[in-house]
Amino acid sequence: MARITVTVDGVTYSDDVEPRLLLVHYLRERLGKTGTPIGCDTSNCGACTVQMDGASVKSCSVLAVQADGADITTIQGLAQDGEWHPLQRAFHEQHALQCGYCTPGMIMAAVDLLRTNPHPTEQEIREGLEGNLCRCTGYENIVRAVKSAAETGVTS
Amino acid sequence: MTAETAAPAAEFGRSRLRKEDARLITGQTNWTDNITLPGLVHMAFVRSPFAHARITSVDVSAARAMPGVIAAFSGVDFPEQGSLPCAWPVTPDIVMPPHPPMATEEVRYVGEAVAVVVARDRYAAADAVEAVQVEYEPLPPVLDMRTALDESSPKVHPQGNKCFEWVFGNGDIDAAFRDAPVVLERNYRQQRLIPSAMEPRAVVAAWVADEVTLWSATQIPHVLRFALAAFFAIPEQNIRVIAPDVGGGFGSKLQVTAEEVLAVLVAKRVGRPVKWTESRSEGNLTVHHGRDQWQRIRVAADHDGRLRGLSVDLLANMGAYLMLVTPGVPLLGAFMFNSIYKMDAYSFRCTGIFTTEVPTDAYRGAGRPEATFGIERTMDELASELGMDPMELRRRNWIKHEEFPFTTIAGLTYDSGNYEAATARAVELFGYHDLRAEQERRRASGDPVQLGIGISTFTEMCGLAPSRVLGSLSYGAGGWESASVRMLPTGKVEVVTGSSAHGQGHETAWSQIVAEKLGVPFEDIRVLHGDTQVSPKGMDTYGSRSLTVGGVALNGACDKVIAKAKVIASGMLEAPPEEIEFAHGVFSARGGSGKTSTIQEIALATFAAHNLPDGVEPSLDSEATYDPDNFSFPHGTHLCATEVDTETGEVSIRSYVAVDDVGRAVNPLIVEGQVHGGLAQGIAQALFEEAVYDDDGNLLTTTLADYLIPSAADLPSYITDRTETPATTNPLGVKGVGEAGTIASTPAVVNAILDAVRHLGVRDIPMPCTPERVWRAVQAARESGGAR
Ligand code: FES
Ligand code: FES
Repeated sequence: MARITVTVDGVTYSDDVEPRLLLVHYLRERLGKTGTPIGCDTSNCGACTVQMDGASVKSCSVLAVQADGADITTIQGLAQDGEWHPLQRAFHEQHALQCGYCTPGMIMAAVDLLRTNPHPTEQEIREGLEGNLCRCTGYENIVRAVKSAAETGVTS
Repeated sequence: MTAETAAPAAEFGRSRLRKEDARLITGQTNWTDNITLPGLVHMAFVRSPFAHARITSVDVSAARAMPGVIAAFSGVDFPEQGSLPCAWPVTPDIVMPPHPPMATEEVRYVGEAVAVVVARDRYAAADAVEAVQVEYEPLPPVLDMRTALDESSPKVHPQGNKCFEWVFGNGDIDAAFRDAPVVLERNYRQQRLIPSAMEPRAVVAAWVADEVTLWSATQIPHVLRFALAAFFAIPEQNIRVIAPDVGGGFGSKLQVTAEEVLAVLVAKRVGRPVKWTESRSEGNLTVHHGRDQWQRIRVAADHDGRLRGLSVDLLANMGAYLMLVTPGVPLLGAFMFNSIYKMDAYSFRCTGIFTTEVPTDAYRGAGRPEATFGIERTMDELASELGMDPMELRRRNWIKHEEFPFTTIAGLTYDSGNYEAATARAVELFGYHDLRAEQERRRASGDPVQLGIGISTFTEMCGLAPSRVLGSLSYGAGGWESASVRMLPTGKVEVVTGSSAHGQGHETAWSQIVAEKLGVPFEDIRVLHGDTQVSPKGMDTYGSRSLTVGGVALNGACDKVIAKAKVIASGMLEAPPEEIEFAHGVFSARGGSGKTSTIQEIALATFAAHNLPDGVEPSLDSEATYDPDNFSFPHGTHLCATEVDTETGEVSIRSYVAVDDVGRAVNPLIVEGQVHGGLAQGIAQALFEEAVYDDDGNLLTTTLADYLIPSAADLPSYITDRTETPATTNPLGVKGVGEAGTIASTPAVVNAILDAVRHLGVRDIPMPCTPERVWRAVQAARESGGAR
């Protein structure tokens, strides 16, 4: 067991964890942050993407102990004061989700994409989201959503 | 149609943003894997590493002794486990081998469950799996359908490797081929696919006394409940099945699985709620796969391209066992190879074959993509043989819009369609003639990157289905759907649907139907589904049936609410019921007092029940069940332009135009989304995906690193449009849309690739058309003398 202190969606937690515990399982099963789902076991799908210290990571490929001292934002902490993040709004308005399973990871990855490249081309969006798989939408509306969020300007 | 259905379509045809999204984009979802219950324990399975082997011993004692382990069982510990059901015995002499949820004597595919451990958490369960000792005596695998029926082939089951043979036909096929000026034969491979819903399967089972609740990431809570009762002897009234938020299905969750049944049995045995969530690699090994056919197609035509006859001979891989609808899937294609074309004769034969691979079953399109691929590829080949433009060949053979309703050679009656209109629109959006001219130039100049144009003028049968037809095809259940409407006292509405959504947007579309019909605000409607206690009756979601069957049932339930409300309104408005009119949520007396009453006022008055007319029950609630008279036949024209690098084999889609006709669209935004997603899966079959087994029967594509479902970077942007030819077989005029994109796009892409390199002498490229395969095909053609 190792002691970790992690801030998740603005709340700080201190917990003893097994060294092999994955961050995503820590979030889901210890903290009840079930908004972040798991889609694979090889770090290919991106469903589990969260922000860790301001950059997106696949939380299935990070051990909970590696998150010691980190500040993590999940999809559940993205809205501010009840206001959806511009990317959440854009995903809704552009019908960029169907089953919604990929959506938390897709949105978190898109947040990072627009942070590093606020005005991406369509190709840059497609390549920037390459690590996030969606089986429902064919990506067309996801690309549209990211484009429209970029156009309206994402601040956070 | 009644007067009230003729009201102006304010909600119909409106691109409403989805109600479902609020929880999905904020992480407030209720996936099955999220569920926790007091005392919940985790199951994990020990699975066969052999494609085919005799089990000589299973020893779970070491696992049982590990810390945190509650129990461990092998198949023999569950004499009550029975056999997983197959609901579609397609022929009287079909071979239906027993299929125990956990193997006890023999394993027949890699991944088949042989033991289960139960532990306090998923990590402890995974550790315990390692401690189970299983001894096997390997047996030879059976992996190639084409040799599986040979005398010398090893046998998957004692009864042999042939599951069934199903034949069908119409017209004099011998006459059609006899003396036909053009006869062409082609053989195609429909590779094995893994449906790959993004949410892995997950199950939670909990018993309280003699009642069991099963939460499952399933498309079919109602069918599952029935199956548990009918095949596993649990009294139906004691079973509740809940499909919470479900992260995609595409047919893969249209199943009664070993893990669901075992969760129920194990939870009972250990006296605690149990949960099981598969990993992706476990899922790829065990979720049913799709497609997997060899197709031999022969076509006879006149010199002018008129089709005389079509003969189809399929080998269909069942895998190791028959699951819920395994044998029926290829037969759904039987009625579709003739597609939109007229011909004199048709014959179809399908042989179902057992192999030591994961069972196959429904995957988006189920039978119709295979058929559409077969015919659309063949039309292109025939056009090339005749030296005719492939669009012109299709035009000469398709059913003209004025010929509807049209009974096809396969015996289906297509109610409506307009292939000319959809094609004209697609040709225009695509710039067909300019692209043909460019192709000509690039061929002439010997451009190393060649341009190809692929056509797919498709239709499909969906909206499963008329119960009578299903019965005549030996299917074990009906095809109706149920809906009910509850008028709440404050004028809000609860809708209960038997259709079980998993990403399709029912909550939004169903609200639109009710808002349109009852004139209540869209926001005032809540749609409930996916829990057999809330929605006790239903046939669930698959086969693009939700709107065409479930939506129409809801339309009927609304009509009943209006009829009941009219009687009550007549009392309130002091006019006879036949003089009461209803429009946009308001009842009024024709020509009379000028008094009106809203449906909300009537809801409240019904609740209070102070002044109801004599003999009128104090309820506006209603239930309706709809059984369609016919299938739904959406159609469309898809055009794909590919650039094929003849030096590297690389294929890129330059443009893709999809013009679909799905009848009236309740919500065009959702329709477009369904088309996009369908296109991606169909394109993926053409270019990327294939489940691969090695010579020992090990699945090599167990992860998303090996089984390549495309990312955003792998796919093009699509141009989509619709023509609207309403269905005449249902009062909403709607047709199914869930599978159309998948059905249409695979042949469009492959035809485009072939069209780019056919002049080099390439006749076929097996799917997925990877750069290596394309390059090899071009090389082989060049070496054997190139262009014809
Ligand atoms: S669950 Fe983390 S990448 Fe798939
Ligand atoms: S919306 Fe279903 S996987 Fe993306």
